[in-house]
Amino acid sequence: MVATRARSGSLRAYVLGRLAFAPVFLFLLLTLLFLLLRVMPGDPVAAALGDRVSAEQLDARREAAGINDPILVQYGRYMGGVLQGDLGTPVTDPRSVSRIVIDRFPATFELTMFAMLLAVGIGVLAGAVGARFRDGPLDVGGRLFAILIYAAPVFWLGILAQLLFANRWGLLPTGNRMSARISYEAPTGFYLLDGFLTRDWTFLWTAFQHLLMPGLTLGLVISGVFIRMVRVNMLQTLRSDYVEAAHARGIGGRRVLFRHAFKNALVPVVTIMGLQFALLLGGAILTETTFSWPGLGTALVGFINRRDYVAVQGIVTFFAIMVVSVSLLIDIINGLLDPRVRY
Amino acid sequence: MGEASAPPTGNLWYRIDHALRPWRRANPMARWLVIIGLLITGLFAFLALFPNLVAPYGESQYQYVVGGTEDPEDLDVRCGTEAECEQVPRRIEPSKGFPFGTTAARFDVFSRVVHGARVAFSIVLLSTALAMGIGVPLGLFSGYRGGKLDRVLVTLMDAVYVIPPLLLAIIVAFVLQAYFDPGLASAAVAVGVVYVPQYYRVIRNHTLSVKEEPFVEAARSMGAKPRTIITRYVFFNVVQSVPVIFTLNAADAVLTLAGLGFLGYGVPFPRAEWGLDVSQALSDVVSGFWWTAFFPGLATMLLVAGLTLVGEGLNDIVNPLLRVRGFRGRVARRALPAASGAAASEPGPAPSEGTDTSTPGGIR
Repeated sequence: MVATRARSGSLRAYVLGRLAFAPVFLFLLLTLLFLLLRVMPGDPVAAALGDRVSAEQLDARREAAGINDPILVQYGRYMGGVLQGDLGTPVTDPRSVSRIVIDRFPATFELTMFAMLLAVGIGVLAGAVGARFRDGPLDVGGRLFAILIYAAPVFWLGILAQLLFANRWGLLPTGNRMSARISYEAPTGFYLLDGFLTRDWTFLWTAFQHLLMPGLTLGLVISGVFIRMVRVNMLQTLRSDYVEAAHARGIGGRRVLFRHAFKNALVPVVTIMGLQFALLLGGAILTETTFSWPGLGTALVGFINRRDYVAVQGIVTFFAIMVVSVSLLIDIINGLLDPRVRY
Repeated sequence: MGEASAPPTGNLWYRIDHALRPWRRANPMARWLVIIGLLITGLFAFLALFPNLVAPYGESQYQYVVGGTEDPEDLDVRCGTEAECEQVPRRIEPSKGFPFGTTAARFDVFSRVVHGARVAFSIVLLSTALAMGIGVPLGLFSGYRGGKLDRVLVTLMDAVYVIPPLLLAIIVAFVLQAYFDPGLASAAVAVGVVYVPQYYRVIRNHTLSVKEEPFVEAARSMGAKPRTIITRYVFFNVVQSVPVIFTLNAADAVLTLAGLGFLGYGVPFPRAEWGLDVSQALSDVVSGFWWTAFFPGLATMLLVAGLTLVGEGLNDIVNPLLRVRGFRGRVARRALPAASGAAASEPGPAPSEGTDTSTPGGIR
């Protein structure tokens, strides 16, 4: 999100500018998605239900879904619905899209969070070490690892992990979020959190086992981005004038590295982290599909396969809202961290 | 190095020498990365151009003539149900005759992988052509014109850009299937749309800085039409940043295509597409047949890694900020060509134009 720029360099003006721009941007994005998904030939109800129901039933469903209304009316209803938190009702599912999102989001969030923490940990460590020992064996190894792991399709790594850890060694479950044999309570839907809240340790342990393989796979893949980012930023920071000045003042190498360079090198990493997070919330589709993880990604794939336009639109709308909110958050955090951004 | 003593004339040798200077000055590691990347990419390009020289069987061939393998192309036709034809054995391990094993549907995995290179290259080239064809002219126009139209276009492109790439590709493929039968072309459009904003942004930002240059000013004051200025003066200065974006995007495009294929929204079945082949192998995992998924995925990873190596290495070489240390580094920075200046002049949080990685990476 670029476009608007606050006139003065004050933090308040910057934040207000961003806050004002975000809804406008979201509105534009949603309009774009509406145009893309709604202006299609044929009608979504027939596409989703096909010959399985009678003509009268089809008509009734069409009327209920409001497909017969003019496109502008539909657009108005869609935008009004979004404002009230109503993302529509799928043709092929009795639950509302909002309900589905609430049911499925915790699974996606848990997976994404786990992968993210892992990736940032690996990335910061390997990237900083690589920059410190530039062109040494550790750096070369780290770079190669970053490139190869990033190049690997995530579903392929997932399948390899399944072949080894589930099939050959039988250590971990192949997929899904929970074993069918376990009965449990999940008040929040975030299983790890629920395990702690209800003090159900078997439940917690099983949930963790299920999370481990998808989380590791996804985390490793995105760690490639972080290794490269941290390394490059570290290198640039180590070359900057103030680091040179610190060296000139006789401050020890390690101290310069950690106190002066490290913190500043991490500022852009925050941005990448936020962007990746936003992307993953809607984009862990491949990982979820590979491990039959019951998150939003698998829900979306299911609706696409059933050609349920209404549900697809609802879920995509949710993704768009998430992405814009997270970008807004990153912009504000960046403004706080780095005064240069505010101009 | 004799570069400093080279004669300052306009002869061809000097020009080549001059053009290669960044390459020679580059870090040896950066050079090796490019060479390895080029080798890998070249290997796959060869497979894509001449799959039939390497693959023993056709793309979707499950039968072969006993005792003879003349022309793999028309074996399918000649076989049919005749007695001299034999089927490829089902699901056998990698072995002599079937180096990568065979699938449940009686395909030779090796042949599928080789033919998959052609599909991958076609899609990458088609989709990039599309992304460039839209992104570059729009970026030039919008950057040069400026004003309200520029604002609108930037915002619009940003809106496209924030949608996770794979999600966008899925949506486009989903919409396209209502109009056309899925095939190479619709997969290429789905993948290509994702990369339009990236070309647009880089070209637009670069144009913004180039149009302030004295030579453009001079052309304008001499009464050149905007069209002439854009095509003759701005274009060639701006277009230099395209190859680097191209190599980095190409790597990403291969992954996006594989992701689409894996979900079943890419190139449809009889064609050999790596992601699709891995998804077909999902059911084999339970029974422990590893080879059906392993080799197509490995091919994807190698090609992506090769393209990334080329892109990163080129970036390192073209953008010398990170190249030389110490005093020489400072000199190099002062004499920096505009390549990174365009990205640096855009202070907004647009980190994808950072020095090294322009990978959006949301395709997981």
